[in-house]
Amino acid sequence: MAAMPGIPPIAVERLVKIYKTIPAVDGISFTLAPGSITGLLGGNGAGKTTTIATIMGLTTPTSGRVTVLGAEMPRQRYRVLHRMNFESPYVEVPMRLTVRQNLTVFGMLYGVENLRERIAELGQQLDLTDLLDRPTGRLSAGQKTRVSLAKALINHPDVLLLDEPTASLDPDTADWVRAHLEGYCRERQATVLLASHNMAEVERLCERVIIMKRGRIEDDDTPAKLLARYGRRTLEEVFLDVARGSGIASEAAQ
Amino acid sequence: MTAQTQSAPRSTASGRAQGGSSLQRIGAMMLRYWYLLRSSWPRLLDLVYWPTVQMVTWGFLQYYIATNAGFFARAGGTFIGAVLLWDILFRGQLGFSISFLEEMWSRNIGNLMMSPLRPLELIAALMVMSLVRLSIGAVPVTFLAIGFFGFNLYGLGFALVAFFFNLMLTSWAIGIFVSGLILRNGMGAENLAWSIMFLFMPLTCVYYPVTTLPVWLQPVAWALPPTYVFEGMRALLIQKAFRGDLMLDALALNVVLFAAGLFGFLKLLQSARRHGSLMQTGE
Repeated sequence: MAAMPGIPPIAVERLVKIYKTIPAVDGISFTLAPGSITGLLGGNGAGKTTTIATIMGLTTPTSGRVTVLGAEMPRQRYRVLHRMNFESPYVEVPMRLTVRQNLTVFGMLYGVENLRERIAELGQQLDLTDLLDRPTGRLSAGQKTRVSLAKALINHPDVLLLDEPTASLDPDTADWVRAHLEGYCRERQATVLLASHNMAEVERLCERVIIMKRGRIEDDDTPAKLLARYGRRTLEEVFLDVARGSGIASEAAQ
Repeated sequence: MTAQTQSAPRSTASGRAQGGSSLQRIGAMMLRYWYLLRSSWPRLLDLVYWPTVQMVTWGFLQYYIATNAGFFARAGGTFIGAVLLWDILFRGQLGFSISFLEEMWSRNIGNLMMSPLRPLELIAALMVMSLVRLSIGAVPVTFLAIGFFGFNLYGLGFALVAFFFNLMLTSWAIGIFVSGLILRNGMGAENLAWSIMFLFMPLTCVYYPVTTLPVWLQPVAWALPPTYVFEGMRALLIQKAFRGDLMLDALALNVVLFAAGLFGFLKLLQSARRHGSLMQTGE
């Protein structure tokens, strides 16, 4: 089931999050279209993780409003949490449990129907079949990432939040993960918000890029339009322009 | 990677998420802890090891005193009884807290907080798991007490049920509150899970009557539910009288303590969401 018509999968309105006196997110607004993949870029401390955590309902906004699939977060989160999922290097699935045990536990938590078949299906799709009965802690970094991805997809989420999904992966595995994510989103019309420092990844996967700096949105457009506006050939160059405050090429020329 | 595995996921009927029921989610968490216990013999050994050492040490002490002092000879079993009941209180709280700490140690708490699992469902699963852990650890020790010292805890009958129920309620209340503190303050608060119950040991008069305490400290002791249980146990073993009034007083205090623990946990969780602590589960 994809997002309901007329209701944006994710809507962030004038979101402010202040930790003690430090503003982590400073009045940002954006809405994601159903079935879209959006990249959230920004340097360390730009506010990406806080934004994602607020969308997930892990933190409460200081002010502003976040809705996911029409439910206000975190107040109404239990209406929609079974339709969301996430992957982040900041959390792990229990390492002593086997891959199958982990997927069973999370499948039950999300109320997944036909769980055995779903686990077998994910095992096949993510090349985990031979690893299902091995303890997760004994897998390689790439295999663990595929397990985390399997956990993130166990409930066929309509909204998927990914924080550095290919961090610490070799290029082959990273490319494989990207291909799978692309396939999943195309197939399920899922909405994805992806925070990454990997510009090539963002360029390849995302049809829209939101660039954050010091808790604010510095720019928000398609990768092609951003490249044209900054007069750059890669998103990495655009990112560096924003991070270093070099500004837009056309503005600089003026 | 093969080309086949790189293809887009197929549409199938499996995997639709309906949210599931509360019982299913509690069951999922119990399964998670059971898998963990099953996979780790040091964890299982740890459950039995310390209660056995405690019981044997105090059992021999009781045996020595009983053969040398008339009063203690008449008060057979008060030390072993106290050790076993203390272990219910201590292990009940530790069983709850350790299962919770497993989520922090494995950096899994973010996954749980982002899942449809409700906080009260997590608490319910932790309560059941503390019973499971206690059963694995304490039940064999009670049989050892019969074998070694002829002390049959089950001979206390209905009184044991009342003692057990009250002690478990206290242990859960403390475990719930400590878990909230860890959620809010990170692993820096972990030591509380191991040590907080020892604050109760002198105050709840595990091994001696309340009258042993200074007069000014006695009201503090009577404000704690386990005190009534240990006094009740001594009344039963020494005077052979079941003090139902003490058990009712303990229950009333436990209801208040449990509600306070739950309230504290929910408030601390709310505060953790406000301060972003759920994303930072380190120190």
